[in-house]
Amino acid sequence: MKSIAFGQYYPADSPLHRLDPRIKIILTILYIVCSFLCRNVLSYALLLTSALLLIVLGKIPLKIVLRGLRGVLFVLAFTALLNVFWTAGKDLIFEWGFIKIYAEGIYAAAFIMIRISALIIGTGMFMTYTTTPIALTNAIEDLLSPLKKLNVPVHSFAMMMTIALRFIPTLTEETDRIMTAQKARGADFSSGGLISRAKALIPVLIPLFVSAFNRAGDLATAMECRCYHGGEGRTRMNVRRLRFVDVIPLFIIVLFGTGLVLLNIYGFGYTA
Amino acid sequence: MEGPFIRTEGLSYLYEDESATPTLVLKDISLQIEKGEFVAILGHNGSGKSTLAKLLNMILVPTAGKIYVGGKDITADDIGDEDMLALRRSVGMVFQNPDNQLVATIVEDDVAFGPENLGIQSAEIRKRVDEVLSIVGMTDYAKHEPHRLSGGQKQRIAIAGVLAMLPECIIFDESTAMLDPLGRKDVMNAIEKLNREMGITVIMITHYMDEAARADRIIVLDDGRILFDGTPSYVFEQEETLKECGLAIPQCTELIHRMRDAGVVLDGECVTLEDCVSLILNSLEKQ
Repeated sequence: MKSIAFGQYYPADSPLHRLDPRIKIILTILYIVCSFLCRNVLSYALLLTSALLLIVLGKIPLKIVLRGLRGVLFVLAFTALLNVFWTAGKDLIFEWGFIKIYAEGIYAAAFIMIRISALIIGTGMFMTYTTTPIALTNAIEDLLSPLKKLNVPVHSFAMMMTIALRFIPTLTEETDRIMTAQKARGADFSSGGLISRAKALIPVLIPLFVSAFNRAGDLATAMECRCYHGGEGRTRMNVRRLRFVDVIPLFIIVLFGTGLVLLNIYGFGYTA
Repeated sequence: MEGPFIRTEGLSYLYEDESATPTLVLKDISLQIEKGEFVAILGHNGSGKSTLAKLLNMILVPTAGKIYVGGKDITADDIGDEDMLALRRSVGMVFQNPDNQLVATIVEDDVAFGPENLGIQSAEIRKRVDEVLSIVGMTDYAKHEPHRLSGGQKQRIAIAGVLAMLPECIIFDESTAMLDPLGRKDVMNAIEKLNREMGITVIMITHYMDEAARADRIIVLDDGRILFDGTPSYVFEQEETLKECGLAIPQCTELIHRMRDAGVVLDGECVTLEDCVSLILNSLEKQ
């Protein structure tokens, strides 16, 4: 069967994989904040080092992380070029006609590339590569559970997420089947312009939707039969207790942020 | 509490759909099912057999008539949500499409879904999940994703999910209809095990005669009424009437019937393939 690259969970046994998903979500947010604290060469160097360290810590092959970055290569290149050509400064190093490149531009381009890469590597290493989608969903439910007091249907949202994740492969398979059936009857999905291709998809989408609604009805009945009655009074088989080991990374990331700020003070060269 | 586990009195169900004229799907059904029985409900499409199943655990509410489960009137007006949950815990249901009844993305999480809804403690859920997975022979697949399993395996996970709620009765609503022969065999074996070894009451809705033959008792529904109610050998004797309502008796039983018609002396009843083989062997030895 076709493998579905949903989420990019990479199974491995690493400290990052074992870390409590709730902590990982908080770490992700803090890491994003940290990446915006950087101001000069030293702090950006530290940020880059931390991103590389995370890859090692998560035991994810470099190849897979780079593949993840390839998706944003265009954005990276585009923002870098913009910064090189459009940053004005004092230190002119190249001039040709109207094109003026300043040293500050080069720095700014390098900084933005490091920041975007670190953001992507950071969220990937803390969440998508090392945490299963279902663990993430449960963690989000836990973290948002205080909102239940404000009548926010946190459990329902988490349940919807879980079911969506469960049915993505099923519906993908079904789409394949419908497309094959339509092809067998002469449907053409691969030629013509954008509009005719989009039109060709309508005979696929309609049966897909009908079947999805039928499935939803069946599933609702099946869930009722298994005594589902919302989040109230519901327990969980896997209850994660916060261990002391899980809290340590929080201290580390606070130290990391402090380090970045300190390096900003003792920095040299260009400061963004 | 003594008496039958399930008892219905004059049960009728009027199916109302905006597009179609209302039809009476079930007409005056009165039956009793004892604790620990293995009952097959047979009937062709539209005979009302699935509707009957859905009435028994309160997915549908009957138009007329009474249903007693474990001595309790579940059609009473004062039946509350608590009673409904208690009923659905004790009368579980496994459906036709294996894909449409699994909720979680990991097998063991799915099996835990029922007990989690009942608010059972984590350690106890863990214990139950491990137990029921070994009963249906799926322990090795505990950490797998359901969509990577075969139809028969998924259906056994669905059975495990119901078992984890410790039901007294399980209704199988054409649970083997979408499976390949191998998957059907595995699921049928699991169903038989539940009944014979664990004493769970099994109500199996099917249109496969060879599956019905493995039950203690067969109830044949036709056009919303009970046509026959008896042991498999009794029901399969009614070959002509069964054919009139679109049901064929198992091939081995039909073979024995035809041989008798042709003048071969075959003593005894024939329900399963094994019966058929031993009858023919006996008759050959006598000659």
